[in-house]
Amino acid sequence: MTLAEATPRASDAARDGEPDVRCTHCGLPVPSGMEASRAGEPRFCCSGCATVYEILREGGLDAYYQMEERRQTSVSSTGRHFEEFDHPSYRELYVTTRPDGLLETTFYLEGVSCGSCVWLVERVPLLVPGMARAELDVRRARVLVAWDDASVPLSSIARTLDTLGYRPHPYRGMRLEVARRDEDRAALARIGVAGAIAVNTMLAALALYSGLLTGMEPAYERYFRWISLILVTPAMLWPGRVFFRGAWAAIRTRSLHMDLPIAIALGAGYGRGLFNTIRDTGPIYFDGVTLLIFLLLVGRFLQRRAQRAAGDAAELLTSLSPSSARVVEGEGTRDVPVAALLPGMIVEVRAEETLPADGVVVGGRSVLDLSLLTGESRPVTVAAGAAVFAGTVNRGSILRLRVDRAGEESRLGQILRDAETGAQRRAPVVALADRLSGIFVLVVLALALVTLALWWRTSPSFAVDQAIALLIVTCPCALALATPLAVSVAIGRAARGGILIRGGAALEALARPGTIYLDKTGTVTQGRTSLLAWEGPEEAKPLVLALEQHSSHPLARGFEAAWASTTRCAADEVSYSAGGGLEGMVDGHRVVVGSPAFVSARAKGPPAGAIAARASAGLSAPRGTPVCVAVDGRVTGHAVFGDPLRDDALASLEELRTRGYVPHLLSGDDHLIVAAVGASLGFSPEQCRGGATPEEKLRVIEEAEGRGRVVMVGDGVNDAAAIARATVGIGVSGGAEACLASADVYLTRPGLENLVTLVEGSRRTLAVIRRNIIFSVGYNLLGAALAMTGVINPLIAAVLMPASSMTVVLASWKSRTFTVNS
Amino acid sequence: MSVLYIVLPLALIVVGVAVFAYLWAAKRGQFDDLETPAMRALHDDTPMKKQDPKSRVENEPK
Repeated sequence: MTLAEATPRASDAARDGEPDVRCTHCGLPVPSGMEASRAGEPRFCCSGCATVYEILREGGLDAYYQMEERRQTSVSSTGRHFEEFDHPSYRELYVTTRPDGLLETTFYLEGVSCGSCVWLVERVPLLVPGMARAELDVRRARVLVAWDDASVPLSSIARTLDTLGYRPHPYRGMRLEVARRDEDRAALARIGVAGAIAVNTMLAALALYSGLLTGMEPAYERYFRWISLILVTPAMLWPGRVFFRGAWAAIRTRSLHMDLPIAIALGAGYGRGLFNTIRDTGPIYFDGVTLLIFLLLVGRFLQRRAQRAAGDAAELLTSLSPSSARVVEGEGTRDVPVAALLPGMIVEVRAEETLPADGVVVGGRSVLDLSLLTGESRPVTVAAGAAVFAGTVNRGSILRLRVDRAGEESRLGQILRDAETGAQRRAPVVALADRLSGIFVLVVLALALVTLALWWRTSPSFAVDQAIALLIVTCPCALALATPLAVSVAIGRAARGGILIRGGAALEALARPGTIYLDKTGTVTQGRTSLLAWEGPEEAKPLVLALEQHSSHPLARGFEAAWASTTRCAADEVSYSAGGGLEGMVDGHRVVVGSPAFVSARAKGPPAGAIAARASAGLSAPRGTPVCVAVDGRVTGHAVFGDPLRDDALASLEELRTRGYVPHLLSGDDHLIVAAVGASLGFSPEQCRGGATPEEKLRVIEEAEGRGRVVMVGDGVNDAAAIARATVGIGVSGGAEACLASADVYLTRPGLENLVTLVEGSRRTLAVIRRNIIFSVGYNLLGAALAMTGVINPLIAAVLMPASSMTVVLASWKSRTFTVNS
Repeated sequence: MSVLYIVLPLALIVVGVAVFAYLWAAKRGQFDDLETPAMRALHDDTPMKKQDPKSRVENEPK
């Protein structure tokens, strides 16, 4: 069998040579069969996209389709009512009243990714009368909503957002967020003041240095010194205070902290400058001192922002868990917050809803999609008595279940907790940086003492000046800027290319080759069931479709999607047997559609084993679900359903292999399917592992991490814990939000080629960081040598310090780390 | 050169005003979100005309 046969693609599997049709709304390929409309008419990949198109057209928002960059995700709305948002307890927790009488709340929105989302979300008030305002923060995916409670309920606003594909969640981290926002604003204020003072002190210093070279009247010299003193004093008292506070804390806890030599340098520089100003002779260090404060504050601000993003994961996870459940009470049902669910309660779950708790089915019969929880790609049929888990999606009809475990206790809750601990674990990197800076502190202080001792006998005053010069010149300005700046620039560039990166640790780890574990469903495949192959007569198609209209099974939808252009007819006497198939009368023919075993029990033809064997050997690799069709007691057709590979999967994996990475498949799906997919993508059998539960995935990653760097790429809740535990976790487009929340990197555009871009960009970024560090360490060594040998004077120090920082800033700015291809 | 005695303090006053303006902006949250406003600016061409709900109703065909 050739490779091409074994890897059926979405575009060429079930249709022959038809042009590639793209969805008018989201631009994704339209599944075969859906493109039946006339030329020039809008086409859609799903009903969600079609609905949004209608809404936008009616609301006069069709300018959306003229935008260059649009969200490339098919719209899937939950269809929920969001009644819990109108509940008094929700209002008490999350809603504030504005002075003008409007109400205000903040949602966390799923699926926000680019400029078109800003446009669309902020124009939702045009679609919902009574909604005053929507303001989106695209990076944090939060929208501030203001509305008039008298004319529209919040649930209606939430429903509109949901229909457009942006599922709202109550934003639960608001209090922490406000604290951080204030902290950020205060830091920015300090940086601004320090910067203004530094620049002006340097202007005064420039005048003094020119005077040093060409001669200057003593009166003017004195004047400039006093001006500098007036400028530098507020910089020491306000923005500079943080370093003294840090140093004092370090002294009290008897630890070595970067702030210690900085505070000594600032204090000594300022004191010596003050002394010399009053004495009216000798160097003042005011320009160096103010520049130091400014640059160090900038470096620290950038660094803290990057670190904080990594810690956000845990908090996001709590925002994302489902917010309400429908509890059955007597005849009716009532929406309650999930937190209020107790074991023993009966809840109702409608089609396309996510199960809110673990429990046992007590009524109804349906098909569950486990792919997000376990990675299992095939839908599972459940009936009364079956144990089910929170986080799985009901793809069939209404189910009632008795709650066993809810919230934190549920299996989903456990997985999320694993993910949380994984996200918090990233601290050791920071600890290492602290230890290194401790050594640096010791070396600098020792060198200062040596300088003092060396020159003391020559002249105590000269010795003090040289020691201060050393402390100022070796202050790690450029060093403090080197990494954060390069990382910030790279992250900004990557974001423009649709790759969202949290923190620099991910970039550093990705730069060197390692092991990559890839989830299968939704990561290397497209994550939806479609008809991969069909072998049978054309006449059988309408008969099959007629039967399948009576089923809500995902396979039925697969048939309908693939054969949408086929004419339909009506079926009678349809009966359904769970886990088997359908049978009924169509046009006078007795038609049976179902699993090979089910069909061969009701029709003549090759025996069950042979059907399966033929279906797999003749039509496709055994990576799908075989379905047989029998008409009037004879088996006539075979179909194979499966999850098609992403178009760029093979090319991207080859690219990664040539770069020295070792990719593995780690999937919760069936062993056989994983092995078949793996074989078609060039994995050796040992590199494929199927049937892994979320807990096993976590264990595999833990073991692999013991041997070296591990990257985990996935899309489901089942991957969340593994993603959080891996050295670098990567979430792919279209995945579960819980998995994205625990990931270090999120690829917003579909396809694996972004993974290659990411790896290449990280490698370049690390090269820039290394170059920056070499530069700044070089400058520091040079400065220290000059100060110790007594060569340095204030002029050289003043030139050396900004020069080193400028080199680093420019090197980071000009670096071409991530190539943006949009 | 004695003009320096007047010009320099004046310059410092201007700097002070600028710093106060900056502090006002920072405290008001003007620098909280630097990405979304940039995207917003690109989009405001045609649709903003329809921002007024009344004019939208008039534009719609009966």
